[in-house]
Amino acid sequence: MRDAITVRDLTRRFGDFTAVDAVSFAVRAGEIFGFLGPNGAGKTTTIRMLTGLLAPSSGSATVAGLDVGTRADAVREVIGYMSQKFSLYGDLTVAENIELFAGLYGVTGARYDDRRAWVLAMAGLEDRTDRLTAELPLGWKQRLALGCAVLHEPAVLFLDEPTSGVDPLARRRFWDLIDGLSERGTTVLVSTHYMEEAEYCHRLALMNRGRLIALDSPSGLRGSLASAGSLRGSSDVGDMGDVGVRSSLEDVFVELVRREGGAVVG
Amino acid sequence: MTGGSVVVEGLTRRFGALTAVRELTFSVAAGELFGLVGPDGAGKTTTLRMLAGVLRPSAGDALLGGRSVAREPDHVRPQIAYMPQRFGLYEDLTVRENLSFYADLYRVPRAERPARLERLYAFSNLGPFQDRLAGKLSGGMKQKLSLSCALIHRPAILLLDEPTFGVDPISRRDLWLILTEMIAEGVTVILSTAYMDEAERCDRVALLNEGLVLALDTPAALRAGLEGAVVAIRAEDARRARDVLRQLSDIRRASLFGETVHAVVAEWVGADSLRRELSAAGVRVLDARRVEPSLEDVFIQRVAGEEAHA
Repeated sequence: MRDAITVRDLTRRFGDFTAVDAVSFAVRAGEIFGFLGPNGAGKTTTIRMLTGLLAPSSGSATVAGLDVGTRADAVREVIGYMSQKFSLYGDLTVAENIELFAGLYGVTGARYDDRRAWVLAMAGLEDRTDRLTAELPLGWKQRLALGCAVLHEPAVLFLDEPTSGVDPLARRRFWDLIDGLSERGTTVLVSTHYMEEAEYCHRLALMNRGRLIALDSPSGLRGSLASAGSLRGSSDVGDMGDVGVRSSLEDVFVELVRREGGAVVG
Repeated sequence: MTGGSVVVEGLTRRFGALTAVRELTFSVAAGELFGLVGPDGAGKTTTLRMLAGVLRPSAGDALLGGRSVAREPDHVRPQIAYMPQRFGLYEDLTVRENLSFYADLYRVPRAERPARLERLYAFSNLGPFQDRLAGKLSGGMKQKLSLSCALIHRPAILLLDEPTFGVDPISRRDLWLILTEMIAEGVTVILSTAYMDEAERCDRVALLNEGLVLALDTPAALRAGLEGAVVAIRAEDARRARDVLRQLSDIRRASLFGETVHAVVAEWVGADSLRRELSAAGVRVLDARRVEPSLEDVFIQRVAGEEAHA
C-alpha cells in the first residue's frame, strides 16, 4: 500500500536544543497511527512540521506525496486537524460552525450541502443545528469538531488527544467514526498520552527526548516487553490488582521511557 | 474527630427543571479509595461540589467525619481538601508561594510547615522547581502542585474531580504515588475519573448515570457481574470480523480496537464455535480467546443498557 506520510531523519533544533532528532517512519494510507510520548518528547514539534507550520532544520517529510519543507501551503489544503482545545466557536450554533469551516476550506455549492448533511448525520446533530456549541456535552462537541476537521475530505487527518475527558462509551463512539474514515482511506495520525486512545490504533510510535524509541502494533509492543520479563516490578504503585490490557500498555510506555533515561523534566 | 468516613443520604441537587443528582445514598469508610465514574452529565462533579460544601444540596445530606454539609459546612471544611477540575493555582506566583498561600489559607502552624513542604516536594518531585512560576509549569506539574496545595493541611478526606485530566503517563504515576501514600496513612479519597484503569485501583466504584447510581461495588464484583463473556479476536481482516460478529445472534456487542475485535457473547461455549462461524463467512481467525472483562466493558454494558431502555 502507498505511504501517506514519510518521514526521513526529520530534525528540528531551537538554538542548542534538539526538539526532534533524526526521526524516521512511514504511515500507510488508511492507517490509524498513534504518536505517544511524555510532555517535551517532541510530538508536537513533529506534528507542527508535518502540518507545514514549522520548517524542519534538516531531514525531510512528505504528506500525501507533498514535501512539507517546500510545499507547506499545498500540504495544509490536504490535511485536517482537530485539537483537544477544539477550534469550535462556543458562541456560534452547530450550523454556524459548519458554515464557518466550510468557508475556510472553500467547500461551496452542492458539495457544501452534501458535506453539511454528512457532518450532521455523522455527529448525530441533525436535530440540534440551532443549539449553541458551548451548550453541547463534551462528546457531541468532539464529534462536531471532528466533522468540521474533515469537511473538505482531507487525505490525512491529525488528531491531538481527541477524546480526552470523555467516558468510555462516548470514546468508543468517536473511535467508530475514526475507523469509518480510515476504512474509506483517510490516514489518521493521533497524538496522545492516553493509553485508552492508543488501544484503537493500528500501530504506535513512541517518542522520548526527541527520538523515536519504539514503533510497533499495540500487541507487538506489549508482547516485546512481556516476553523480556521486564513488566514485573515496573509498577511503582504497588498492587493494583488485575488491571487488564490497557494498563499494561501504560506499563510498556513507562518502562520504555525509563530505559531511555526518563522523561524531560520541566 | 470521627475519622474520615463519609455517609451520603438522599443527596439531591436540582438546577431549575433539571435534577443533576437524585437521592444519592452511599457510605465510604475511613481510609477507603472510592471512585465516581459515569458519562457527561451523570452528576459526578455536582456530587463532589456538594460533599465539599461549595454547593448546597436541594435535599438530603452528607456527613463527612460526622459533620453535616447541609447544616454545618464550616465544620466540614477543615477536615477536607477539594481539588476541582480547574484548581485555583496562582499562575503569577511561584511553586513555593502557591504552597505558602494555601498554608496560610488553611492556617497551617508555621512550625509544621518546613517538614510538611519537604514531604510534599519529595512526593511531587517539584523541589527543584520551587522558584518557578506556576504558569510556566507543564500540565502534569500543575496538577501535582494543585494536589500538594490541597494536601498542605493534612485533610482526613480528599475530594478530587478528575485529578489526572490532561496529565501524561509519567506524571500520572507520580500523582497516583502521592494518593497511594495518603491512603496508606488512612486518608479517605473520593475521586471522579473518566479513565477505567484508574477506577480499577479504587476499593469501590459507583457508576452514575443521569444523577442515579447504576451500580456500586468493588471493581472485581462489577466485572464478575458482567452479563456474558468477553472474547478478544485477532483476524486477518479485523473490520470484517467485527461486521460478521455483529450479525451473529448470540453476540451482544463487537468493537474494534485497532487490530483486535472485542466481542461480548451471551453465553460462552468455547472459541471454536466463533472460529467456525467466522471462517464460514470467509474470515481467517488468527487468535480467539476469552479475556477478563474490563471495567470499560462493564461501563459500556450498563450505560448503553440504560440508553436502550430510555
